[in-house]
Amino acid sequence: MELKEKIRKFIEGNLVVFEDEAEFGDSDNIFEMGFVNSLFAMKLVNYIEEDFGIEVANDDLEISNFSSVDRITAFIAEKQSA
Amino acid sequence: MDDTSQQKIVDEAGEFAEKEIQPFAAQFEIDEAVPRALINKMAEKGYLAATFPETLGGLGMDPVYYGLLSEEIGKACSSTRALLTVHTSLVGEAILRWGNPEQKERWIRPMAKGEKLACFGLTEPDVGTDAKSVNTNYRKDGNTYIVNGAKKWITFGDIADLILTVAAGEKGITAFMVERETAGVKTTPIKGLLASRAAHIAEIEFTDVRVPEENVLGRVGGGFTYIVNTALDHGRYSIAWAGIALAQAAVDAMVTYARQRSQFGKKIYNHQLIQGIIGDAVTKVHAGRALCLRAGELRKANHGSAVIETTIAKYFTSKIAMEVAIDAVQVHGGNGCYNKYPVERFFREAKILEIIEGTSQVQQEIISSYGLRAYYKPPKKQ
Repeated sequence: MELKEKIRKFIEGNLVVFEDEAEFGDSDNIFEMGFVNSLFAMKLVNYIEEDFGIEVANDDLEISNFSSVDRITAFIAEKQSA
Repeated sequence: MDDTSQQKIVDEAGEFAEKEIQPFAAQFEIDEAVPRALINKMAEKGYLAATFPETLGGLGMDPVYYGLLSEEIGKACSSTRALLTVHTSLVGEAILRWGNPEQKERWIRPMAKGEKLACFGLTEPDVGTDAKSVNTNYRKDGNTYIVNGAKKWITFGDIADLILTVAAGEKGITAFMVERETAGVKTTPIKGLLASRAAHIAEIEFTDVRVPEENVLGRVGGGFTYIVNTALDHGRYSIAWAGIALAQAAVDAMVTYARQRSQFGKKIYNHQLIQGIIGDAVTKVHAGRALCLRAGELRKANHGSAVIETTIAKYFTSKIAMEVAIDAVQVHGGNGCYNKYPVERFFREAKILEIIEGTSQVQQEIISSYGLRAYYKPPKKQ
């Protein structure tokens, strides 16, 4: 599965709105749209560390790194290439 | 650590609790204090650092066995178990998850030895469930933060050396490790409690408390999203086992009493309505323990469902602890309403579990939100 697709699936599994009410593009801010809550960020960091073997440092914990499919994908790709 | 070694620690903890804690639990309530001597003994055994890595002075137990250990302590005394909840689960796990290596060395090691006790300062006089709305505030001044505000209902707050607290400021909610000795920190014990009477519950006031920037846990502004959420997730796991502990203790007392007490010329367990109560109570405890064990296994595997399964376990076991404790009092009749029998204490302690680390109503909302998505079967298009 492509990285973007995996991220989208993870987000869809952690929505706080119904899936048919949650249409979002890859660049849409899912926090501002109210599709996920604060618990999502903690779960996302655990997911990234566990499934991608990436260590997320405190300096990486800016919500902006995790606010959209594109940003999460870019963050993981950047960490993987580092 | 292998399962056999961990089970041995759990078994020893059970023996320790039976000998060193349970016989004195009622007295702890009267004294309104879990004694420091007991805390020191628990620290020597490593119980205050059960989940901490061995490299930092802990026992390195996994979540499943830590849960079983918490049950052993909790069966003997809820106030004593509460120390594990706040010191080990809420604060210890938050530091281990988000602290930098220097912070772990600085705080986890003395916490493991019991040289420093930690508490979690989230709730405020006017802010409970709506925890994001904390009024305690901070402002930056050079390389320190100045914290002002008040926290309430802080378990072990009256004797803790370290206070993990959160405050709001221009960069968002931030978590600080505040040392008791810092000027401007004042703690006042809260008396007249329904339960947790021995758990050193206190109000904590911060008046122009200067906290060095190296005491910020996690990143500035990440206090709620990462620290509070992590701490409460671990806290809920601990409370899930606390519920099983209380429910199991209530079943033990209920069964023992039913086999010893006679009415109408026979032991009361012969009465079918008493059998119904016991049957339901045993079933609830077994079901609750199964939920806790499943949550523990998922946590051990760092599985994505661990958070929701922990929430479900916490909601269920706190609910059945209350139900089973009520029934244990009922089986005891008049004696159940008397503090010479432990079920009276279980009855009071169980209510606390339905409130702390998120009320049952908040858990219901979270579980409902999960269920409405997980179990939705959209009608197939014709």
